[in-house]
Amino acid sequence: MKIKDNDISTSLQQQVKSAINDKKSLCIQGGKSKLFFGNRFDAELLDLSQHTGIISYEPTELCITVRAGTKLSELEALLAENNQILPFEPPHYLFTDKDGTTHNTATIGGAIATGISGPRRAYTGSARDAILGVEIINGDGEIVSFGGQVMKNVAGYDLSRLMVRSQGTLGILLSVSIKLLPKPANDLTLSFDATQDQALAVFQALRVQQLPITASVWYNNTVSLRLSASELILKTSHTRLNTFLNDKFPALSSAKADNKSTSFWQEIRDHTHPFFTLTDKPVWRLSLPPATQSISQIDDAIAQKGDAPEPSQLIEWGGAQRWIHSRTPANIIHNLAQSHGGYASFFYNKGADDETFPALAPELFKIHQQLKRKMDPHGIFNPNKMYQGL
Amino acid sequence: MHLDSNTQNTLLDQLSQIVSSEYLLTTTEALTPYECDGLSAYQRLPVAVVLPDNIEQVQKIVQACSNLKVPIVARGAGTGLSGGALPHEGGIILGLSRFNKILSIDTNNLTAVVQPGVRNLAITEAARPYGLYYAPDPSSQIACSIGGNVAENAGGVHCLKYGLTVQNIQQIKIVTINGTLLTLGSETFDTPGYDLLALMTGSEGMLGIIVEIVVKLLPKPHAVKVLMASFDKVEEAGNAVADIIAEGIIPAGLEMMDKPAIHAAEAFAKANYPLDAAAILLCELDGDEDQLEEQVIVVEKTLKKAKANNIVIATSAEEQAKLWAGRKSAFPAVGRLSPDYYCMDGTIPRKQIAHVLQKISEFSDHHGLLVANVFHAGDGNLHPLILYDANKEGELKTAERFGADILELCVEVGGTITGEHGVGHEKIDQMCVQFSPAELTQFFAVKSAFDPDSLLNPGKAIPTLHRCAELGAMHVHNGELPHPEIPRF
Ligand SMILES: Cc1cc2nc3c(=O)[nH]c(=O)nc-3n(C[C@H](O)[C@H](O)[C@H](O)COP(=O)(O)OP(=O)(O)OC[C@H]3O[C@@H](n4cnc5c(N)ncnc54)[C@H](O)[C@@H]3O)c2cc1C
Ligand SMILES: Cc1cc2nc3c(=O)[nH]c(=O)nc-3n(C[C@H](O)[C@H](O)[C@H](O)COP(=O)(O)OP(=O)(O)OC[C@H]3O[C@@H](n4cnc5c(N)ncnc54)[C@H](O)[C@@H]3O)c2cc1C
Repeated sequence: MKIKDNDISTSLQQQVKSAINDKKSLCIQGGKSKLFFGNRFDAELLDLSQHTGIISYEPTELCITVRAGTKLSELEALLAENNQILPFEPPHYLFTDKDGTTHNTATIGGAIATGISGPRRAYTGSARDAILGVEIINGDGEIVSFGGQVMKNVAGYDLSRLMVRSQGTLGILLSVSIKLLPKPANDLTLSFDATQDQALAVFQALRVQQLPITASVWYNNTVSLRLSASELILKTSHTRLNTFLNDKFPALSSAKADNKSTSFWQEIRDHTHPFFTLTDKPVWRLSLPPATQSISQIDDAIAQKGDAPEPSQLIEWGGAQRWIHSRTPANIIHNLAQSHGGYASFFYNKGADDETFPALAPELFKIHQQLKRKMDPHGIFNPNKMYQGL
Repeated sequence: MHLDSNTQNTLLDQLSQIVSSEYLLTTTEALTPYECDGLSAYQRLPVAVVLPDNIEQVQKIVQACSNLKVPIVARGAGTGLSGGALPHEGGIILGLSRFNKILSIDTNNLTAVVQPGVRNLAITEAARPYGLYYAPDPSSQIACSIGGNVAENAGGVHCLKYGLTVQNIQQIKIVTINGTLLTLGSETFDTPGYDLLALMTGSEGMLGIIVEIVVKLLPKPHAVKVLMASFDKVEEAGNAVADIIAEGIIPAGLEMMDKPAIHAAEAFAKANYPLDAAAILLCELDGDEDQLEEQVIVVEKTLKKAKANNIVIATSAEEQAKLWAGRKSAFPAVGRLSPDYYCMDGTIPRKQIAHVLQKISEFSDHHGLLVANVFHAGDGNLHPLILYDANKEGELKTAERFGADILELCVEVGGTITGEHGVGHEKIDQMCVQFSPAELTQFFAVKSAFDPDSLLNPGKAIPTLHRCAELGAMHVHNGELPHPEIPRF
């Protein structure tokens, strides 16, 4: 995989300095794959997609340093050649242009700035777990670096992790250093039928089973598990899973190998699965303590008459991430998630103008504002994108 | 920087209304045990030590200090190795040792809610009946507190595979400098807003007081195997580390010791280490039985190919404990060789191991002090132990200079001055080498967002630009020295 080596940091820095001088704010854009995510705001566009290339990569160091505009698809192809992966399996989503064609343009900068992690997250950690260092343009237009390329590093405050999920509001990521994992030799997808309650009980019991699981989904009364290991271990693991199901969940039938494996997990990761594409209802993401009981009944009770009887929930991460279609008013869904010890985000709001993220406690929001003011004193980076007033 | 007597009297009067007199220490005799942390070369007496046992008391203490502009240094178990909990002459020590309860264990979500003064090992002990444990295991785990672990982002032997403290906690409660109680993180896998949990982890008591922690628990691995390999050359051992990783294996622990460390540990712990080896590697693999069997074969083959001349595979718990005993007692063992030793903590890219060890031995000749190397080879975290005698005129200074040379070398080869012990009071000057003025300014900006009057552990971790300028330290960027042609020691 040849990735174009193109360092435009000087020009980006110039644009930031002009923005500071002209008192203009900037809308940081990577691959346009997450246009839906976060609030709309007025700003000048700053395009990172040409800032590409690998700065350093030595597979045995389990670390890569890459420019922020590098496409996820190219980065992952390079890693695959070296039998390595990004531990957090970032979603690519897709950018759909005016004539409806889709493009796989998602960038690593956008993946880190939004901190959205994919199916593997519950098993091998999140984007913030994997970040080792960043180089950014800060609010004064200076290029500064934090963290580094080594696994253990506690010099200074952890500003690299702070950048993850800050939605581009604290600085412009120029390059990121990321911890890598070896690519498992093989994947195997195993599926069996289960109601939501049964699925959650199975996920619960599997948490202490030590099977090489790297992804889990419950959708349309089917559980799908992805296992990743050598051919031999996958075989014994399949047997172990069935013995386990037989012992603990005699009502369930045994798990069968499913050969649509790769494309299925890609659809789940990138939200091209019918659950996401066929609905005309808003899509919510609930982040919950994994052992949270089934919340289907509450959702049914608040569902409106006339809604199509399509499956309205898709559960991932062993119960910790649940996607819901619903026209229920935002405050009810936020309360529902909070009452279970989690939170809801309005992922695909389909035109509704509610904010993506739930409100923060006032004292906590105040600290956010203080931090934003200190890191971005001129208020130029993605203002209001994450929260109004931030 | 001492407190004026008026402020001091007002402060003590207010504190005495918050905690009972036995938990407000003010006599020299009572204060002395708090004069230093695990790095005893630096000592100071605080104005007072306050030992609250509930959050409300912490809030009131912080408010009182905040109103009077009195510095606060939080303290867990005082095992820190960088002078992080070193008192401030004009401030108080806020000791969290009485916050020693495990509040709950959630066996469904695999978490535990603990108070900051709970010892690291106590969490694993409490979780053991449920088949669970807390993964980060600093060598000080019988003594250090989980609050101190969060404040330092402590690591351990097993963090190559299981991560540091930051990857193993989900939520903390902190008291900010104005006495507000904030919850950071959540009981779910992510939280809306900025990742203040990560920012607080490793912030060395400078952004807030940690008063409650939700830690993640893991199921105990079904099986464990430990391999020991000896090498004739340090370089070969270093290469073997990279080779194992290249095979796609992430060991639970991968530790290396050099000849002086092997000799000291063997004399102390009788672990059956080969005394003629230039270096040994200890490799621990864990997981499910079948997976383990497969991995042991690969690792053994890899070690042989990397020129290991003797490989021991310990399968029984006793044999494994014996192999580890040497490594775990390496510090005290080295302590027997010399009246004093100074433990360093740099991290380097793995590929630099052989080069850095070579340079360290050159430094050792130059300074005339012996050094033993014990380290977390898997993640490139070095712990050179510099042997010296504090009673000999000037030896402490020489040891400090030797240590500084090692840390600057770590930065030069693309690493960092501290992997897990923190900057504290000790490594503040080396921060000028690792970070540019703009970067240090950014750290101060973050600090002031939380603590505008700089009352929380002031003077630690982040040097002022003024200090760096006076020191004339060179900032090394991406391993590029400003004047590479100038020979350096
Ligand atoms: C001509 C044009 C003008 C636009 N004007 C506006 C506008 O004024 N207001 C508006 O709200 N939207 C505007 N947009 C949409 C805007 O592109 C997106 O709202 C937003 O930037 C999402 O980024 P993305 O889709 O590129 O996603 P990704 O590239 O996946 O990025 C996702 C998130 O990460 C941030 N990000 C990406 N790369 C970096 C990086 N290297 N460093 C830091 N953060 C990063 C992005 O800002 C975004 O928040 C405009 C789009 C176009 C084509
Ligand atoms: C023999 C030995 C071996 C060691 N091995 C390791 C190792 O393998 N890995 C490793 O990472 N470390 C190791 N250490 C260092 C030390 O044990 C760790 O840094 C530990 O995390 C410190 O915990 P503590 O409770 O002793 O904290 P203290 O020393 O009391 O404090 C450390 C810092 O944390 C701050 N702090 C403490 N509690 C709080 C709180 N509740 N809120 C806010 N700030 C707080 C203090 O102000 C100070 O800056 C070792 C130390 C020794 C003596």
